[in-house]
Amino acid sequence: MIINHPLLGPRDAAEFVYKGDAALIHRPDGMAPDALEKFIDYGYLRDNPAGEHRELWFHEQGDRSWLVVTRNTLTHEITSVELARDVARREGRSK
Amino acid sequence: MTQKNRLQGGLIDRSRSYTFRFDGKTMTGHAGDTLASALLANGVRLMGRSFKYHRPRGPLTAGSEEPNAIVELREGARQEPNTRATTAELFDGLVARSQNRWPSLAFDALSVNDRLSSFFAAGFYYKTFMWPAAFWEKLYEPMIRRAAGLGSLSLQDDPDSYDKGFLHCDLLITGAGPAGLAAALTAGEAGLRVILADEDYVMGGRLNAETFSLGDMAGHDWAAQTVARLRSLPNVRVMPRTTVLGAFDHGIYGAVERVADHLAVPEAGKPRQILWRIYTKRSLLTAGALERPIAFENNDRPGIMLASALRAYANRWAATPAQRVAIFTNNDDGHRTAADLHAKGVKVAAVIDTRPGQPVSTDYEVLQGEIIDTAGRLGLTRITVRLAKGGTREIECGALGVSGGWNPNVSLTCHQRGRPVWEEGIAAFVPGGTLPDGMTVAGAAQGLFSTHAALTSGAEAAAQIATDLGHAATKPDLPQAEDAPVQITPFWHVTDAKRAWVDQQNDVTAKDVKLAHQENFVSVEHLKRYTTLGMATDQGKTSNMAGLAIMAEIAGKTIPEVGTTMFRPPYTPTAMGVLAGRSRGTDFRPVRKTPSHTWAEEQGAVFVEVGNWLRAQWFPRKGETTWRESVDREVLQTRKSVGICDVTTLGKIDVQGTDAAAFLNRIYCNGFAKLAVGRTRYGLMLREDGIAMDDGTAARLAEDHFVVTTTTANAVSVYRHMEFVRQCLFPDMDVQLISTTEAWAQFSVAGPNARKLLQKVVDPEFDLSNEGFPFMACGEITICGGLRARLFRISFSGELAYEIAVPTRYGDALIRRLMREGQEFDVVAYGTEALGVMRIEKGHAAGNELNGTTTALNLGMGRMVSQAKDSIGAVLSRREGLNEPVALKLVGFKPVDPTHKVPAGSHLMTKGAPVDAAHDQGYVTSACYSPNLGHHIAIGYLKSGDQRLGEIVRLVSPLTGFDHDVEVVSAHFVDPEGERLRA
Repeated sequence: MIINHPLLGPRDAAEFVYKGDAALIHRPDGMAPDALEKFIDYGYLRDNPAGEHRELWFHEQGDRSWLVVTRNTLTHEITSVELARDVARREGRSK
Repeated sequence: MTQKNRLQGGLIDRSRSYTFRFDGKTMTGHAGDTLASALLANGVRLMGRSFKYHRPRGPLTAGSEEPNAIVELREGARQEPNTRATTAELFDGLVARSQNRWPSLAFDALSVNDRLSSFFAAGFYYKTFMWPAAFWEKLYEPMIRRAAGLGSLSLQDDPDSYDKGFLHCDLLITGAGPAGLAAALTAGEAGLRVILADEDYVMGGRLNAETFSLGDMAGHDWAAQTVARLRSLPNVRVMPRTTVLGAFDHGIYGAVERVADHLAVPEAGKPRQILWRIYTKRSLLTAGALERPIAFENNDRPGIMLASALRAYANRWAATPAQRVAIFTNNDDGHRTAADLHAKGVKVAAVIDTRPGQPVSTDYEVLQGEIIDTAGRLGLTRITVRLAKGGTREIECGALGVSGGWNPNVSLTCHQRGRPVWEEGIAAFVPGGTLPDGMTVAGAAQGLFSTHAALTSGAEAAAQIATDLGHAATKPDLPQAEDAPVQITPFWHVTDAKRAWVDQQNDVTAKDVKLAHQENFVSVEHLKRYTTLGMATDQGKTSNMAGLAIMAEIAGKTIPEVGTTMFRPPYTPTAMGVLAGRSRGTDFRPVRKTPSHTWAEEQGAVFVEVGNWLRAQWFPRKGETTWRESVDREVLQTRKSVGICDVTTLGKIDVQGTDAAAFLNRIYCNGFAKLAVGRTRYGLMLREDGIAMDDGTAARLAEDHFVVTTTTANAVSVYRHMEFVRQCLFPDMDVQLISTTEAWAQFSVAGPNARKLLQKVVDPEFDLSNEGFPFMACGEITICGGLRARLFRISFSGELAYEIAVPTRYGDALIRRLMREGQEFDVVAYGTEALGVMRIEKGHAAGNELNGTTTALNLGMGRMVSQAKDSIGAVLSRREGLNEPVALKLVGFKPVDPTHKVPAGSHLMTKGAPVDAAHDQGYVTSACYSPNLGHHIAIGYLKSGDQRLGEIVRLVSPLTGFDHDVEVVSAHFVDPEGERLRA
């Protein structure tokens, strides 16, 4: 596969390490009263779609960016690649 | 032996004769021959024995789709099993042997299997060898393996090298027949970066095997001229002997170039083969078509082959299996073979056509009918024909060309999601469904079988691709070529045959297909697995279609209703060596050496691999005969005076930024926000699921600057995790990370004289006194008169200890300096074994304890997990399941009988309780002989271990028969109060 890195252009997937569902960005607040329940969902309940999937890839043999890659799990077509940091900020994460 | 079946003409070079041996017999061939064509020319039809029944077999084809003529090539370390004689290029001195026969090819003892064939029908494995169960492993399996063997390995190291390479192009063209050549010419002249790959050593595809002319030239001359023109274009890379093996995601192709398979020994410095990864914008598949046989009684005798192969051997290689041949066909193309062989002076005994109204000839007899049997034990002598007009006729012949029509070579179109579709007009599957990204198909691979159609469709496809990629393309001047329509009436098998072979490589008959259907294997995928049809190394290139057709017939379905099975990469069998490339032996992966490696080698150190690192394990001295003597000495001398160990391999991560402390507070389960500058703290990292991930220290060199250490094994994964937390979870934190593992050489200096030794190298303005630089202090210093260094007062051994770091290039100098300055203290260098002994004596956890199943609670660090902050893994570490009252706790063990060992991996059982998994109390993780205590010790996990100190428990290892009593003790065997490290 080829991942079109937003900063470095098309790179072979062999340069990357796969982590999993990009939903991992949405880590719950560990100090909230219902934290335990939220973390069990966060840690163990993932969607496993046959089709479009947003996932995290790490450019370990490259610039060490974490990327959010939108990939079709049936066809491996990649429709979007973004810096995970940009996605995280956009989706409300900060410090 | 003479080349008694060598014909006139052909594309071989008669001026160059090659001597070769087959099964010990010396023969002669010519440059341009394959092993198969040379053998045929020498009158050899019998080339192998079949897989299951050991039937005598000869070549069915003249290409890589060959199921039968599979031989062992070369001798010694270069011996190579399971090679197709039909693609092996002849070279002078080639040595080949037949396979799967004993004692000889002509007399094979196991051909008795053929007589017992009724026991070996489809599914015989599942039915015959069911009982008694114990017989399977000891008797049946070894027996079957021996009987069904293919070639044998030399069991020596391959002396040749294999490379991997990467190529990029606008257009990859797979197959250099008329369509591929026309396409390459069009795209090349339009300025595209083109790669033209073909598995053959002579480009041109069928043009080399046919007698058609292109314009006023012979087909093969036009091919050679076109290849020469392509080679002259700088933007075209012409790659003969290159098989495109697979079509992968996003336009990536894998290909193997056989650089030196046609030479006895590769040229100096050159690899035998290269595995190419080809990145393409577009690709064009022009892989042609493969002829398919017809199944009839005893259709597998040596001498029976595809009509197109018979024609190719005659036209290209000037060889024939016999001087008297017959043809069996269901289409017009079969008649071409008869005409070509007749023109070469071979006697055509008859053409048997299944169709009424077949073409007639004045040169030979044409009969309407079917072949119902053949004769000839080691080679064809006679066929029996059932005539359409009634009656039978026997015809003497030494070879038979069979044509059941042509299948477009769709393999590569299926490697992603392609599913071929049935085309009635040519009675064959053509590419369909979703093709691999960017792939176009042209020529015979697309079902366009005439040479004219191949040329024009290739050129048009290339022109379209050039336009798509923004290049102006003009159609090249293409020569006039034959444009015969396809005339075929499908005919798959002669009915009522007892043993009509469908898949010759796996010995599957038409009857096996029927049997599978009878036993309710109705899906085509089940048929394949039950009968093994198409599961041999040829992937059923010549057999799948007949199998499907027969299945459709008995199921009362159409062929498209039955569907097809999948073709998968690799297109042809591929040597493991080329997949490995250079990654073998010591080059399997990179070796990382520590800065003190050269010095350690000089000391005669014994090294151990730790991840990719080579670390000194111990330093044997003269007179020491066992590793234990060396290790005991290193431990005792370190605890008595001072020892030095290279700890460079531990991961080092530089953490900087105004939020560095806040960031580490998230990463570690214990608190870091209040760590003072100039101080170091032990930190435990959890995974988000609450399990311990790694441990190490974080030293605060400045308000906004920390140096974090990780274990050697987890250096990469911890860094990855920290980047995830930084970029994905807390993107607005002002914090930067970089791995500095290789930037700093780091040594542990441990023992009561550690301070005195360091004072000799640290520049005098730095105060190393216990007050000036207490336990867990850290700082940036200079040594040896101004060299910048970092000093950490941390201890893994439990002694007064420091870790000193200098830029890596000074590491070698520093170890030499320290060892020299340490002579007055009898300093020792110690390796990883002594390091391990000392940390077990001290009860420090390491990889064995942080084994991916243990929590902070298990490690006895439960209270370290801060409740006052949110850190990774803190919440889930509080789960009920990880906090049961009888949790495993890290404790120490010593043997009741001091002469006993305490082996790691053994399990703990309560005295008097049964020894079984239900009563398991825990296990030993790390064990060693303690030279300080004079007996073996261990640490490990015991249920509620912290409340069982003093209890005697049983330590058992059913695997080794170990069963002895041990006492539960504190894990801190040496200096439990920690007075030494604070001294």
